[in-house]
Amino acid sequence: MTRHLLTATALAALLTALPAAAQELRIGLGDDADILDPAQSRTFVGRIVYAGLCDKLVDLDADAQIIPMLATDWSYSDDGLQLIMNLRDDVVFHDGTAFDADAVVANITRSMTLPESRRKSELSSVASVEATGPLQVTFTLTAPDASLIAQLSDRAGMMISPTAAEATGADFGQNPVCSGPFKFVERIQQDRIVLEKFEDYYDADRIQIQRVTYRPIPDTTVRLANLQSGELDMVERIAATDVGTVSQSDGLSLQEVVGLGYMGIYANIGNGDRALTPMGEDARVRQAFSLAIDREALNQVVFDGTSRAGNQPFPPTSQWYNQDLPVPARDVEAAKALLAEAGQDRVAVEIQHANNPVVTQMMQVVQAMVAEAGFDVTLRATEFATLLSEQTAGNFQLSRSDWSGRPDPDGNLHQFVTCEGGINDPKYCNPEVDRLLNEARAVTDPAARKELYDQAGVILNQDLPVIYLGHQTYIFALDDKVQGFKALPDGMIRLQDVTLAD
Amino acid sequence: MLIYIAKRILIALPTLLIVSMLVFGLQMLLPGDPVLAMAGEERDPETLARIREQLHLDDPVPIQYLRWLGGVVTGDFGTSLRTGEPVAQLILQKLPVTIQLAIMSMIFAMLIGIPAGIIAAVKKGTAVDWLANFVALSGLSIPNFWLGIMLILLVSVNLSWLPASGYESIFVDPVRSLQTMIMPAFVLGTGLAATLMRHTRSSMLGVLSADYIRTARAKGLTGRQVVLKHSFRNALLPVITLTALLFGELLAGAVLTEQIFTIPGFGKLIVDAVFNRDYAVVQGVVLCTAVGFLLMNLVADVLSVMLNPRMRAAL
Repeated sequence: MTRHLLTATALAALLTALPAAAQELRIGLGDDADILDPAQSRTFVGRIVYAGLCDKLVDLDADAQIIPMLATDWSYSDDGLQLIMNLRDDVVFHDGTAFDADAVVANITRSMTLPESRRKSELSSVASVEATGPLQVTFTLTAPDASLIAQLSDRAGMMISPTAAEATGADFGQNPVCSGPFKFVERIQQDRIVLEKFEDYYDADRIQIQRVTYRPIPDTTVRLANLQSGELDMVERIAATDVGTVSQSDGLSLQEVVGLGYMGIYANIGNGDRALTPMGEDARVRQAFSLAIDREALNQVVFDGTSRAGNQPFPPTSQWYNQDLPVPARDVEAAKALLAEAGQDRVAVEIQHANNPVVTQMMQVVQAMVAEAGFDVTLRATEFATLLSEQTAGNFQLSRSDWSGRPDPDGNLHQFVTCEGGINDPKYCNPEVDRLLNEARAVTDPAARKELYDQAGVILNQDLPVIYLGHQTYIFALDDKVQGFKALPDGMIRLQDVTLAD
Repeated sequence: MLIYIAKRILIALPTLLIVSMLVFGLQMLLPGDPVLAMAGEERDPETLARIREQLHLDDPVPIQYLRWLGGVVTGDFGTSLRTGEPVAQLILQKLPVTIQLAIMSMIFAMLIGIPAGIIAAVKKGTAVDWLANFVALSGLSIPNFWLGIMLILLVSVNLSWLPASGYESIFVDPVRSLQTMIMPAFVLGTGLAATLMRHTRSSMLGVLSADYIRTARAKGLTGRQVVLKHSFRNALLPVITLTALLFGELLAGAVLTEQIFTIPGFGKLIVDAVFNRDYAVVQGVVLCTAVGFLLMNLVADVLSVMLNPRMRAAL
């Protein structure tokens, strides 16, 4: 009898799930972050953790406009060769080190010189940076660069404690010390990253959460199940197909926002022998291919209407979108006519794409759509690392991949389509596009820049080195007790003003 | 006995060396460039060249292998390309998780598989035997990931009995640790239970038809004594060997189950490492797993020698 009683008690203890500590926010991430050093890291989810851990010189608002964060204001010199920033005077790092102009200089210098740094290309226009006052820094540029300020709204502008950076060097990521609203507590790889409220945060009034735990759960179904079972309070990037489930669940809500990036197909135009096909050699064939795709249908079929159809590197909701080139309606007859004009009857083409279910389905739909216009598409699904190396090496005709997007238009275009662009895998080269995009970098007036991007857009829409299909939406699912969270176009989870009801 | 064990360990060393060479070579055959995988979206040519140089990836493969081997011999397993953490530290972090999961799964497997095998053998040809076989076949056929998701939906989402995922060290919070591990251990255990059941059953059947069992029955022993004392002990030998080997396999981690229940064990570590072309981590984990497997092999052999007087005499 006693034995039965013992067993029963033990079972009861096991079955009573422990309640979560008060004011602890538990967030499910789609992946595990890489190294937690803003100068070295590269993952999307890493940036989500930084949104709690490390403040930046400037931030983004809901319209992807640059707003003050650690810098209170900034201006470019008339010749565009200097960027002068003034800093907040009430900021300390998590280790007590004061934040000032010298700290900024140390950070930018570290990102530019640390051998392991991944920020070098983002800061490539910076010749030097110096403290021109206790709370003023001046960036001197090698050439005018209007996109620099936007770079500083991400990892290149994240400030880490110079004391800690000096002490730990490239190992900083094992115990990161920044100036954000939360400080680092612990990390267990592939299991959790824990942060705790930083009491001396300059904007402490806006932080209501005591503790944040980030948990990587790669499977979207499982991630959602953890939210439903109360193991998590919010999850990022749920699958489009789960949106219905969440909206019908009591106690759960959704937040959606169109991202800054795009989904596209890169055409091999000049990258080795595989460019020597009608698809690579004749823009009319690419135009026909593009016209044969019903972008809105893709959105409805593959993404349950949660993404956005698009035809440019910026979503139609963006201020940089060229309204004179709206998303084209599908026109099979026009596509056939273009093919005939190019002297082609049927065009055989291979498309490589990542081997995940959503992309695979998307490309199967595209395959069916363009078949009607005269394209015999072979799909080649590969694992992502392989896809990237094939794309870089030029071993592709068409390659489908995503770009996560940058707040400044330059980040979505320049490196992809300029002749010497760092990731110009199509090896597309048009001096006129180069001229326009270089000039757009050099002018700081937004209206003048928009004009230049519009002009470049017209040419790119003809040449189609990249066939844009649409724009991803970041979809968050939240427990109703999480209040005050706002999804921004960069997909980050900002914890300012977020509260947890009991 | 000790000499026997020492000999076996010495023989294992060349095996390990060959395993590590094979894995190193196979990784080099993988398409996809580790540098690109590491660079992510910042993959302009200068960045790529810089990373390549830092990691010595331009060196010939044998040189890279020797550099790695030299490190291992001096106790340095290298650092993860992805997170900058020492590989040894990663392995030490994951090893207890994997061992705990392996032990708990094995307990489930033995509790279900062995009794079921005995009953099936004793009741051979009856409905009970048929049912046990059916359940065993289902255990083998139902994919772990499906059973895992179904359990999460039922037990965690609908009934809210157990947490859906996560891991806590058994030394920090034993209750929570068991709570989070029960479902994955059960999922893994059911598959193994099926194998164990089939082996126990056939081994028992062999013994039950032996002459000495007939003698035992003729002496007038009860059915229970015959089955448990005379038959089971003798039928146990192959089952023990199998259990040790299955345990060795569990030490390699359980990729899908770990992924579903987000348990930070070896399986998840190595899969992520392969996708990221994180060579040092793959090498370290494979080496560690191979050591575990060889050890379990040795344990199986030693156990069967110890349990079998005839083999003990032969040593």
